[in-house]
Amino acid sequence: MAGSSFDSRRRFLNEAGRIVSAAGLAAAWPTLVRAQGKPITVGFLYTGVRQDYGWNQAHTVAARQISRLSGVKVLEQENVPETAEAEKVMESMIRLDGARVLFPTSFGYWPFILKIARRYPEVLFVHAGGLWKEGDPANTIGYRGYMEEPHYLCGIAAGRMSKTGKIGFIGAKPLYFIFNNCNGFILGARSVNPKATCQVVITGDWNNPVKEAEAVNSMVDQGVDVIVGNCDSPKVVIETAERRGVYSCGYHTDLSALAPKGFLSGAEWNWGKGAEFVRAWQTKGSYPNLLRGGFKRDMVKLSPFGRAVPEAVRAEVLKARQAFADDTLALYQGPLRDNEGNMVLKAGQRIDNEDNKYKLGVKFLVEGAIGKTGLAR
Amino acid sequence: MRARAETALITAGALALAFALFGLFLLANRLNPLEVYAVLWLGGFGTSFSLQATLTQAAPLMLTALCVAIPARAGLLVIGGEGALVAGGVCAVLAGVAAAGLPAAVGTALVCAAGAAAGGAWIAMAGALKHRRGVNETISTLLLNYIAIALLNHLVSGPIRDHTVSLKVTSWSIPQPYMVDAIPGVGVHWGLALGVLACLAAYVLLRYSVPGFAIAVLGGNARAAQLVGLPIGRLTLLACALGGAAAGLAGAVEIVAVHGAASSSLVVGFGYAGILVAFLARQNPLAIVFFAFLVGGISASGGLMQRRFDMPDAATQVLQGMIFLCVLGSNALYGRVRMFRVARAGA
Repeated sequence: MAGSSFDSRRRFLNEAGRIVSAAGLAAAWPTLVRAQGKPITVGFLYTGVRQDYGWNQAHTVAARQISRLSGVKVLEQENVPETAEAEKVMESMIRLDGARVLFPTSFGYWPFILKIARRYPEVLFVHAGGLWKEGDPANTIGYRGYMEEPHYLCGIAAGRMSKTGKIGFIGAKPLYFIFNNCNGFILGARSVNPKATCQVVITGDWNNPVKEAEAVNSMVDQGVDVIVGNCDSPKVVIETAERRGVYSCGYHTDLSALAPKGFLSGAEWNWGKGAEFVRAWQTKGSYPNLLRGGFKRDMVKLSPFGRAVPEAVRAEVLKARQAFADDTLALYQGPLRDNEGNMVLKAGQRIDNEDNKYKLGVKFLVEGAIGKTGLAR
Repeated sequence: MRARAETALITAGALALAFALFGLFLLANRLNPLEVYAVLWLGGFGTSFSLQATLTQAAPLMLTALCVAIPARAGLLVIGGEGALVAGGVCAVLAGVAAAGLPAAVGTALVCAAGAAAGGAWIAMAGALKHRRGVNETISTLLLNYIAIALLNHLVSGPIRDHTVSLKVTSWSIPQPYMVDAIPGVGVHWGLALGVLACLAAYVLLRYSVPGFAIAVLGGNARAAQLVGLPIGRLTLLACALGGAAAGLAGAVEIVAVHGAASSSLVVGFGYAGILVAFLARQNPLAIVFFAFLVGGISASGGLMQRRFDMPDAATQVLQGMIFLCVLGSNALYGRVRMFRVARAGA
């Protein structure tokens, strides 16, 4: 496990050295310091282990980026449950370690952030989830990427690479963003292969390797040959797909190494955007309380292509990514039907990619999906 | 008196051995054990804030440990605290939602009572299976854990799901007035007071009451209890129900003091950690308070150890595991230490 070595003293000396040199610079060039801000301690809380090939690991990538900022020291704590303990861990980082920016990285930490944020106005709480609303404390931030956009790009690759025209989506929970990701994947695939269909399985758990492996196996048995898994760690999905000799796409972070043969690409968060909040807090600059966005706001990324993906397909995918960045491609546009035949959008209707309200309310699967949302209509 | 000194000495020795062994583990990883223990002290007990964190961790463990300790008195090995806690949490939410509009204190009491009742009924099921059908209570309570968690997941993702919460699958919330704040001036939720009270009550009940004595007779020798005419079926159910009620109450406290709604956040291993605490305390309710505090402190300081020494969380679990093994192993010493043996013969 890189990043968790026990070689603490050397690390401590490094950190200390960095802070001392920062302090030295501070004494020498007061103006420079004003531009760079005071040394600051940043804390990350994870619900699981850091190297989980998924959600938490995506945040450690950001933690590494942020630790490279000048005058910034990063502390990390893993396996923090979403209970009263989360509140105490945050307070412990503030009171015992002097942390001034916290990244509580799990959805379930949000109520605990709201509980203590007003008590610690000197601390900035940056939550991965985009739950901030008017009236919430000013020292809290919610941010979150539109993962349906990179899923659309993976869908294009999947649609081009699938021989059977059958692709598969494994989701954890019946939640709006899972449906958006699934729809993105299908819409991308059908943009290049209008006949493509997608098996959809909702496992009900963020972490259920047995069900995930079963879902992959049964999909492959039915002829599905590209699979993406939306769970806490898609490792099992990707490895099982590789073993069965079909293609797979990643989620959360760069998982290309798990499937050297069948990996196409993957949808990644760009939580590294959080560095801008740290910088703003350090220099007393301004920051948004709520930041959502896709490629246009650099909130999401695409994993490196696997070697199976030919040049022409790569070019097609990258073109679509540019179109998202330029806002010339909308994920949801009419005419669009759901998979029960209902008209969702009429011809000419176009949902803006940053239309939060619409996206938060998505409870349908688009045409081409074989499966159910599991929600009562 | 001597017996208590024996317990204290052997336990202290076992703890010292565990810390020494963990020190070797730290040395093997090129860390100075003294530095690490200093941080452990700081994070778990060293400041008033650390104590708050420790007590917050300890509160649910006291209640879930009773779910093991009370049935143990009747000779039953119950490991269903996790399931009873979940059942208690779910029923607490249902009661709170169904009984909206009552005065706040009444509502809170009702929610807690519903949780305790549900937890009690949950473990009593295992007691009934044991008495009527001879089903091994350890296996049945273990399996009931999985059933409770599956029921929770089913309920919160469908029948009682709050669809207005976008990012998390969670149940309806209990009315806001039913929620309780922290104990004033202590910074820890009321579960702590309930936990200590429950342990005291269990101690008194098991040591100084007639049913408590009858349960102990049953635990000592079930045949003998039957021969002297004790109602062993009812006693089995009672011990199970009381233990389950403690864990169910822990679930209700998670609802009224922490979450306000049921979700998978209830399933974080409090029930299993309670087994550890109960065994460390040798099933003594008063000792549970102490060991819940110790285990709570170790988990609370585990975070600081992670941060200061860049250790993985698993390192704290190594320490907990070593303590557990050393204390369990030390059970073999009882009656074998000479200075106490004389006393025993004379007692």
